[in-house]
Amino acid sequence: MLEQLINLWPELNKSFLETLVMVGIGLVVSLMVGLPLGLLLFVTDRALFLENRVVKSIAGVVVNLVRSIPFIILLVFLFPFTNLLIGTTTGPIAASVALSVAAIPFYARMVESSARDIDRGVIEAAIACGASPWLIIKDIIFPEIKSGLISGLTITAISLIGYSAMAGAIGGGGIGDLAIRYGYYRYDNFVMFTTVILLIVLVQIIQYLGDFIAKAVKKS
Amino acid sequence: MITIEQLSKVYHSKGKSVIGVDDVTLNIDQGEIYGIVGYSGAGKSTLLRCMNVLERPTSGIVRIDGIDLMSLCPKELRKARQSIGMIFQGFHLAMSKTVLENVAFALKASGVGRKERRKRAEELLVLVGLDDKANQYPAQLSGGQKQRVSIARALANNPKVLLCDEATSALDPNTTKSILKLLQEINRELGLTIVLITHEMEVVKEICDRCAVMEEGRIVEQGSTYDIFAYPENELTKRFIQTVIDFQIPEEQLVKIQGTIVHMTITGELAGESIVSDLLQHHDIRGNILHGKIDYIQNQALGMFVMELTGDRSEVERAIGTLHDKLEEVEVLQDAGTADQSMARAE
Repeated sequence: MLEQLINLWPELNKSFLETLVMVGIGLVVSLMVGLPLGLLLFVTDRALFLENRVVKSIAGVVVNLVRSIPFIILLVFLFPFTNLLIGTTTGPIAASVALSVAAIPFYARMVESSARDIDRGVIEAAIACGASPWLIIKDIIFPEIKSGLISGLTITAISLIGYSAMAGAIGGGGIGDLAIRYGYYRYDNFVMFTTVILLIVLVQIIQYLGDFIAKAVKKS
Repeated sequence: MITIEQLSKVYHSKGKSVIGVDDVTLNIDQGEIYGIVGYSGAGKSTLLRCMNVLERPTSGIVRIDGIDLMSLCPKELRKARQSIGMIFQGFHLAMSKTVLENVAFALKASGVGRKERRKRAEELLVLVGLDDKANQYPAQLSGGQKQRVSIARALANNPKVLLCDEATSALDPNTTKSILKLLQEINRELGLTIVLITHEMEVVKEICDRCAVMEEGRIVEQGSTYDIFAYPENELTKRFIQTVIDFQIPEEQLVKIQGTIVHMTITGELAGESIVSDLLQHHDIRGNILHGKIDYIQNQALGMFVMELTGDRSEVERAIGTLHDKLEEVEVLQDAGTADQSMARAE
């Protein structure tokens, strides 16, 4: 068994890194695009300080549209776009394109829902102070939801690990790919179990870290 | 200081329109404490929120310190709001900010630099008596302390007007008193105009110079607090006053009383005179006080007594005549001759 593990090690190592790359890129893009999009969904909502029905509807429809496409279909659907952007449709970097596209609306909705939990009165008091919309977002909304943003990112990360297995199945690489190639096609249970255990450990670590950070940034 | 002309606010929801504020005209002078009372749903909160355009009126004019708020662009409106402080029933402090940061936020909104912000915020905390809590979070404070923080935040930019939206309704009676005292001090020391809305007449009695009573979006009565208490005209006003000064005599007691019952309101200078004792000396009647109180509103005495007068019928009538000559408000609640019909007495 030890021998099997040593034989598998280089491949396992490579797959693990690929998964981390895919999930990592997905997370960075969700933070960069999903976070502002989520805040936009929130502040343009009814009775809020940047209420704008047109913007809210368009953003809402786009988010729902992407979220309603099953990931494996989205992956294939985005192949032309991925090819245009990266120049290939295989490998972890190419897979990150679809992962990012899926993660953005997912995270945006999480951001929106944690922003909704803020006491509207606090925002109102800030408006009554004569604060600008940008200052309210930056200085009131953002600090109030910081902990929720971390929790949301944790959930997104774990979902992305799941998605990355699908991306792996059609040429993205990563742990999911490894499990399918050996475990499914070659009936190699050893590889199958090893990858499953690895995934369980990875998810546990992410969840633990996420909870820890979310708690640490929570002030009150 | 605050001029409101023909202000209306109509809400549209699900095809129906609901009137929040109905054609209100109001003038609030520089440096006064103005109270607006009414039950919930009377539109007082909406009216207050129109004063800093948190709620945009459907029609009418809101002018604060000569500036027509409705005509301002968003940027100008933000600037104007910096000179209108506001405090709320629910305090509305940012939970993730310390006490000091909450106060400093208002200064940040008006573009004050970092160092200056800190200094000014500390001064404000001294003013509201919370300088030792600067680095605590709102969750660690009591209700009264939270309201003090929000007062400090509202005062940060040296406003001319302070709007109080049921600011003491969530507080216990003692804390309410201390917050009202603080508001009064601020009003006197900084010359700040304060508008407060409340459903507690006690609050109005305690600190308001003038007040208005609202019902169904309209102002049904307004005047100096003293006059409102001494000579209420509207039924609703009377009901509000009864919550503070109650002169109802229980029905069962009333039936037992044989004499003529008079309710007299002794106002101003007269409250210092011995009206009751003079009355009994100059007329051959006997008097029995059933209810009575002298209250001080705006440092003016307001006496209210309910007395039973017994004796010769014509003498009692002459005594009541004397009272009418001296006092503005004398009401015969029950006539000795019609004591049997006590149910028909005037309220």
